[in-house]
Amino acid sequence: MRTFSLTLNVWRQKSASEPGKFVTYKAPNVSEHMSFLEMLDVVNDDLILTGGEPIVFDHDCREGICGSCGFMINGIAHGPNRATTVCQLHMRSFKDGEELWLEPWRSAAFPVVKDLAVDRSAFDRVIAAGGFVTAPTGSAVDGNAILVPKPDADLAMDAAACIGCGACVASCPNGSAALFSAAKIGHLGFLPQGQPERDNRVLAMVEQVTLEGFGHCTSTGECEAVCPKGIQISYIARMNRDYLKASIAKRPEASVGGSG
Amino acid sequence: MPLDFPTPSSSSTGSSTSGTLDARIPDGPIEKKWDTRRFEMKVVNPANKRKYSVIVVGSGLAGASAAASMAELGYDVHCFCFQDSPRRAHSIAAQGGINAAKNYQNDGDSVWRLFYDTVKGGDYRAREANVYRLAQISVNIIDQCVAQGVPFAREYGGTLSNRSFGGAQVSRTFYARGQTGQQLLLGAYQALERQIGAGKVKMYPRTEMLDLVVVDGRARGIITRNLVTGKTEAHAADAVVLGTGGYGNVFHLSTNAKGSNATASWRAHKRGAYFANPCFTQIHPTCIPVAGDYQSKLTLMSESLRNDGRIWVPSKKGDPRSPSQIPESERDYYLERRYPAFGNLVPRDVASRAAKLVCDEGRGVGPGGRGVYLDFADSIGRLGENVIRERYGNLFDMYARITGENPYKVPMRIYPAIHYTMGGLWVDYDLMSTIPGMFVMGEANFSDHGANRLGASALMQGLADGYFILPYTIGNYLAQSKGPKIEASHSAFQDALKGVKLATAKFVSSRGKRTVDSFHRELGKIVWEKCGMARSRTGLEEALARIPELREEFNSNVMIPGSGEEMNRELEKAGRVADFFELAELMCFDALQRNESCGGHFREEFQTPEGEALRDDEAFCYAAAWEYKGQNERQTLHREALSFDNVHLTQRSYK
Ligand SMILES: Cc1cc2nc3c(=O)[nH]c(=O)nc-3n(C[C@H](O)[C@H](O)[C@H](O)COP(=O)(O)OP(=O)(O)OC[C@H]3O[C@@H](n4cnc5c(N)ncnc54)[C@H](O)[C@@H]3O)c2cc1C
Ligand code: FES
Repeated sequence: MRTFSLTLNVWRQKSASEPGKFVTYKAPNVSEHMSFLEMLDVVNDDLILTGGEPIVFDHDCREGICGSCGFMINGIAHGPNRATTVCQLHMRSFKDGEELWLEPWRSAAFPVVKDLAVDRSAFDRVIAAGGFVTAPTGSAVDGNAILVPKPDADLAMDAAACIGCGACVASCPNGSAALFSAAKIGHLGFLPQGQPERDNRVLAMVEQVTLEGFGHCTSTGECEAVCPKGIQISYIARMNRDYLKASIAKRPEASVGGSG
Repeated sequence: MPLDFPTPSSSSTGSSTSGTLDARIPDGPIEKKWDTRRFEMKVVNPANKRKYSVIVVGSGLAGASAAASMAELGYDVHCFCFQDSPRRAHSIAAQGGINAAKNYQNDGDSVWRLFYDTVKGGDYRAREANVYRLAQISVNIIDQCVAQGVPFAREYGGTLSNRSFGGAQVSRTFYARGQTGQQLLLGAYQALERQIGAGKVKMYPRTEMLDLVVVDGRARGIITRNLVTGKTEAHAADAVVLGTGGYGNVFHLSTNAKGSNATASWRAHKRGAYFANPCFTQIHPTCIPVAGDYQSKLTLMSESLRNDGRIWVPSKKGDPRSPSQIPESERDYYLERRYPAFGNLVPRDVASRAAKLVCDEGRGVGPGGRGVYLDFADSIGRLGENVIRERYGNLFDMYARITGENPYKVPMRIYPAIHYTMGGLWVDYDLMSTIPGMFVMGEANFSDHGANRLGASALMQGLADGYFILPYTIGNYLAQSKGPKIEASHSAFQDALKGVKLATAKFVSSRGKRTVDSFHRELGKIVWEKCGMARSRTGLEEALARIPELREEFNSNVMIPGSGEEMNRELEKAGRVADFFELAELMCFDALQRNESCGGHFREEFQTPEGEALRDDEAFCYAAAWEYKGQNERQTLHREALSFDNVHLTQRSYK
């Protein structure tokens, strides 16, 4: 089994309110079969036993699906491999003696929590603004009463694969959340179930995105390049079309409401 | 952490026995029980619901679906999770699918067949009435999820598609590529976020429950720690619901997410909730084998792969040839050989044990001989690589990323790993624990899967509990509980708060020589070897001697850096591992008292001449529910007798 060593420059920051800095560590005896996070586990074990403070990074599933993990490795979100979260990145992708720079996602909307962990709750608020179908429990019709053409179901699923990790925002020079919101708008917009709220959804989500302090999309395409789920920027174009249509078609609020 | 169990030398079963438990199952024929209960139930007037506050701990399928549904009904809901967002709960990782008795394939499925398969699959150790209700509700779950926009796989005509899973001969599993859990959870999460946005649910992410507060015999709140600031807080409510997941991480290496833990359940157990069937744990047959000491978790390859993959090992011991060099005649497709009717689709416990057996015989493959082949060559030949890519592409990619091998060309190597825990907090038919006012849902409870869970049934159960059972049964409880309003300033809360702070202070003053993980790893190894795929009296007794020693060392020699007033991951892990130590012991006691083999609990002393699990229905047809009796006291065993009036007790056969 191949083992090798690396030099890590890691962003250390105690909390959002304190300044941070890079600190250099050695990672000796790295095995090519380790995942990147397992390599950090070993570095942390050493730190703990030698009186240091372990490096904090978010992680949970370690299978590339929960979206917890993510930081910049040498300026690239989730590191060098395409369509791979940092928990799924294996050390066989690195060479002996390499020097790596690990930094948290940098975005006004994602304040640092500690070291490599950031606060991504803005994403939750964007979903809360409209990233859903209003379908109260118990009100559903039979599953096969809603037919969904397979190509639409597949496109919806491609978009729904988003894990909400934030790599798109971190790699965008403008800190835009366009790919994230477009993925949800695309997922629900391709399905018949998503049609009744389609206009409201795009208006409300885009408004929330702005409120959260995410930047504007200028189509640099950086987001698509780093997305671990390979979500395509064509969804952003689709979202922009939806937004335009919805803005023009915006209906006046009904003047009578109530449950009758 | 003080000792909670006597040393095992004092008794070989560690139990004293008490009376029986009543699950409060409604009378009448099984088809009518749920209707009967729903009709009997008291309901809270819609205008009054907002006056009742409910704490939901957990935002997985069970927690998120319950929190959203109760908020829709009008309750004042407070929901907690330890991840940074409710969308990241461990349910997100489920791959294969969710069962429902829709019979869309016209292959003879029915509520009765799903019920029957689940009871049989659970090796006759589940509660019939609950399982029947689960099968009934399964069809509503699919409808609900479709309505939310879950992008299930579809046929060209636009109808929902199905696949087959282990332990069933019909095709009833609904799926969204290999990301079914993700899509179902996002559906529930979006429903939850809608309620958060509407101000009906208050969400507390990055917050861990560390104690349950019981006032006058009723659950009235929880104590939490904010994982960012370290602040401990008390939260009062009219009822508490746990959907905190399973305890598979007792084994250290498992397919569960790294954060999955038993702390909420265990602390509630210490406050009076009985813990049922802790030794019923599930080993999943198809996981990527262990590669090295640093390994932090095991990765599941969905069971759905067994639809198209064939499992084999070389016929000869220690065959050094690469798989492609081994001719058909020298391969042993051992599942197809031993179980011609179900073949590669036998239930998980059977498939796992069979893999262990061939590896024990020296016929295992890969490093250390702990692996078997899962081979897609035939399917690729028959269907083409594209069809296989369409069905399992993301799983194949995941395998390639982790192992560096291409499974389209070389057979996968797989080995069993701990995956799911059937045991959990005991609940009655209404999902209420032995503490009035505390309800338990999803993997955290014990009720529906007996001694073995069938694939694609956990997602079904979590959502059945959260969408369609708890929202009704909790109303029945609240409508009848006329307790006074209690504030978090009540002395019971203040005492619990003090206890939590004390435990934290003790941990952060630990400056020993070993990391929390090193203890967790060692504990996991003991439990895996002695209380894993096969158990024996001697092995369990060894474990019961070893675990307390290791725990003593943990208490005196663990190293926890930092303080309690900040984000401190080592501190979080230490609390969880302390609970795993205690739970591991209870698992071994439970395995020791159950002198039979059933489902995932395989006692080597109790097997048929063909090596199959040998149940003892005379003596053990019960759920074992353990009552905590205090530090250093022996836990008391209570039995809930199980009766099988609808599915007759027979030896399971998948031949
Ligand atoms: C890799 C994998 C694949 C699987 N595939 C399938 C499948 O295809 N089909 C199937 O049916 N089942 C599958 N399962 C099983 C299934 O995913 C789980 O049993 C199910 O999702 C559990 O859901 P839950 O809601 O009970 O708990 P979880 O999803 O585990 O959620 C637990 C929640 O509780 C919270 N929590 C826990 N403790 C605390 C605490 N102390 N304080 C605050 N919050 C806490 C967590 O933050 C989380 O939100 C799979 C499991 C694994 C591991
Ligand atoms: S830890 Fe879940 S995606 Fe990386």
